[in-house]
Amino acid sequence: MTTRTLQFKIYRYDPDQDQKPYMQDIAVEVDSTDRKLLDALVKLKAVDDSIAFRRSCREGVCGSDALNINGRNGLACLTDLGSFPDGKPIVLRPLPGLPIIRDLIVDMTQFFKQYHSIKPYLINNDPPPERERLQSPEDREELDGLYECILCACCSTSCPSFWWNPDKFVGPAGLLAAYRFIADTRDQATNERLDNLEDPYRLFRCHTIMNCVDVCPKGLNPTKAIGKIKDMMVKRAI
Amino acid sequence: MVNRKIVGAHYGLKDWLAQRVTGVVMVVFTLVVAAALLQGAGGSYDSWRAFMSAGLMRFATFLFIVSLCWHAWVGVRDIWMDYVQPAGIKLALHVLTLLALVGYAGWAAQIIWRL
Amino acid sequence: MSQKVTVRKFDAVIVGAGGAGLRAAIQLSEAGLKTAVLTKVFPTRSHTVAAQGGVAASLGNSEEDHWHWHMYDTVKGSDWLGDQDAIEFMCRKANECVIELEHYGMPFDRLDNGRIYQRPFGGHMSNFGEKPVRRSCAAADRTGHAMLHAMYQRNVRASTQFFVEWMALDLIRDAEGEVLGVTAMEMETGEIYAFHARATIFATGGAGRIYYSSTNAFINTGDGVGMAARAGIPLEDMEFWQFHPTGVAGAGVLITEGVRGEGGILRNSNGERFMERYAPNAKDLASRDVVSRAMVTEINEGRGCGPNKDFVLLDITHLPPETIMKRLPGIHEIAVQFAGVDALKEPIPVVPTCHYQMGGIPTNYHGQVVVPGKRSQNEIVPGFYAAGECACASVHGANRLGTNSLLDLLVFGKSAGETAVEELKKSPKAHKELPADAFERSLARLDRLNTQKDGANVHETQLAMRRTMQKHAGVFRFNDLLKEGVQKILEVQQDVQRTEIKDKSQVFNTARIEALELDNLIEVAVATMVSAEARKESRGAHVRDDAPDTPEHPNGRDDANWLKHTLWYKEGNRLDYKSVNLRPLTVETIALKKRAY
Repeated sequence: MTTRTLQFKIYRYDPDQDQKPYMQDIAVEVDSTDRKLLDALVKLKAVDDSIAFRRSCREGVCGSDALNINGRNGLACLTDLGSFPDGKPIVLRPLPGLPIIRDLIVDMTQFFKQYHSIKPYLINNDPPPERERLQSPEDREELDGLYECILCACCSTSCPSFWWNPDKFVGPAGLLAAYRFIADTRDQATNERLDNLEDPYRLFRCHTIMNCVDVCPKGLNPTKAIGKIKDMMVKRAI
Repeated sequence: MVNRKIVGAHYGLKDWLAQRVTGVVMVVFTLVVAAALLQGAGGSYDSWRAFMSAGLMRFATFLFIVSLCWHAWVGVRDIWMDYVQPAGIKLALHVLTLLALVGYAGWAAQIIWRL
Repeated sequence: MSQKVTVRKFDAVIVGAGGAGLRAAIQLSEAGLKTAVLTKVFPTRSHTVAAQGGVAASLGNSEEDHWHWHMYDTVKGSDWLGDQDAIEFMCRKANECVIELEHYGMPFDRLDNGRIYQRPFGGHMSNFGEKPVRRSCAAADRTGHAMLHAMYQRNVRASTQFFVEWMALDLIRDAEGEVLGVTAMEMETGEIYAFHARATIFATGGAGRIYYSSTNAFINTGDGVGMAARAGIPLEDMEFWQFHPTGVAGAGVLITEGVRGEGGILRNSNGERFMERYAPNAKDLASRDVVSRAMVTEINEGRGCGPNKDFVLLDITHLPPETIMKRLPGIHEIAVQFAGVDALKEPIPVVPTCHYQMGGIPTNYHGQVVVPGKRSQNEIVPGFYAAGECACASVHGANRLGTNSLLDLLVFGKSAGETAVEELKKSPKAHKELPADAFERSLARLDRLNTQKDGANVHETQLAMRRTMQKHAGVFRFNDLLKEGVQKILEVQQDVQRTEIKDKSQVFNTARIEALELDNLIEVAVATMVSAEARKESRGAHVRDDAPDTPEHPNGRDDANWLKHTLWYKEGNRLDYKSVNLRPLTVETIALKKRAY
């Protein structure tokens, strides 16, 4: 079995023991069965059990292992080890713009607060029918590219507007979710949802920088969704 | 007073739309002026003056100035909102910016109609 | 070092925020009860998110269907080890629960008439086993994701109180056996709390990580099952583990059975559609244990693919690309990411991979945990409920049908929640007092971990466990390997009792969490190996060499001696058995019969 050694530079900070954060140089040997960055991280943890990071499904659907990898946000479990050039250390940092709890683990409270602020649930005040509410395949298709979000926060934490106003700007993930409900033919709260975003900060701090689109591991396009929300607001206003 | 981050000022759309509309006005004006310059309107003081003092052009220039000021108002206010946190100073800066922009617009109008 | 324990009081505490936990939480929160939901990960990161193919319900949107047919298929799928009262309950409740989900906002795919899209799935047939039926309600191949998010969202609406990144450590039981809550650790601070509750609902999922090759997430460490075992609750039918036929070879990532539901075909190295030989009627849509064994047989007989002839191929290249991109977009993505193939053009290499724990904490169909007692073999443990993969109702018996897991967590999550609400309204408001030694077990475990010297490495110990399970209790089981496996796993257990971690930090100490998880995994592993060694027949997913297919024992099944549930007790590593409930609630018993597809 062919093996190769990977060099890492990893952001380390344990508030319980460290005065301040530092970058740790560490190497690990991986073999041909290790395809993804997460495989290497698991091996690293076997060498040094104090490296803290989140992980769960290891197949890109749970959104736990979002990291800043060589300066770019992504999921460790979907990042190919083959994509790293030989001889250069792989630099791992926590997602930018959120408070750090420890090592690669960030405090996502603010991120989820924004997600919750858009009322992420279907609002329909009609009495529920006996059977399913009907929806045509075309209407259902409107939700494609919206409902697949895994809340990994790669997008929001790569967004300069979110870095600066995480408490006021909803951020790409939250706005994508907002549009997911606006676009759902079963939802009756479009007006309230638009009102909720009609604000110089919450929606309009999006300056279409499009970092979110660039990094989304699921290939979703929050900028497009944000554009559609703005369109609806304009249509409503005129 | 409670120290709570509050949002929900309900004026985002108007400003966003205004910025786009004024942006379009400025682009159109810039293209018109560029075209005129290419056709030699800027060849001499007199030709330039003739071009700029035409009635329609006076109006267009004034529209451009107003658009510029409005556009700048949204942009500069965003900067104050992002970088200045004490509410009093922020409000003062907003007022100063508004006064300055209104002043500039008035001054520009004076110049345009003095031609 | 002895830690301070802060006690918090709730009406109910739910451990786990996957499908079953969230469904139960909706019930409790909407009933206005003070409910705490503890979860190791943010709710939408729970492993329900990875379910792909669908949730079974006889809605009959595409063709005629009936819950009774669904019930028949489930009983047959379980190889008659499932309790027929619970199975009837689940199949009858299916439509209601799926419709509720739709009302919560779940983005199901749709048919042209606007109803929920349904696809065929393994083992689901019409008219009592006649031909495949479209019963699986799907949202593309992301049904679990869509479902988990919809239920989390409903909980946001209901203002459920979540304790995110809190790990439950141990069950609190008093001298009478009543359950009074759990101890738990806040992962961010390492602080220990006790959640004192009048109802405790476990929805902690399975323990697929006991195997080396598993479709399961890192977090699937059987925490609830381990906690229950330590608290003296027996574990039911732990020898039955589902190996999903189509895990990506090498990576273990799941490829949904929905691929075969949409027309995908399994082929061996000769390009032959070998399932025609093993299941002439249902072919590639036979039940999962049948397909997995057929695949392993093909590989063992030298018809595997690849340089080592160690996988078979899942072929969808004959399907229209539009169908694949519309109905199976996630599979296309997984094939590219984890198998390095474009499934539109090339077949996907797959092997049977550990997927689902059929056994678990014994419950009745109300979601109440039941244990053998003086009066009956199913005495209710007061205050204790379980639902989802960690529980054994038992609806899956010896083998679960695809799409019945999502249904299980919906129906029994709801039913556990409902029962808890009723019981809480009936019982006096006051909390029963906590016993003096309520926190002792947890504190002792933490203390040992903090002070262990010259101990066993956690990573290596868990690897040893997973390799042992894979080798000794795999798709096919062998008498001598099982016997040896029992010895080996008990040796691993010794190591688990002396694991050592280098990291002693109080802040988000993931090394400590992994060590605590291993404590739970090993209970499951031992229970599995011991129960499997003891069951001397072949049934469902448990097939052994010394119980072959004979005329007296078709498929190696021995109903005279083994039509019974295994119960494993941690104390004394002891086995007991209880009878299978063959009596449904309203219909006639589905009579024993040889299982063939």
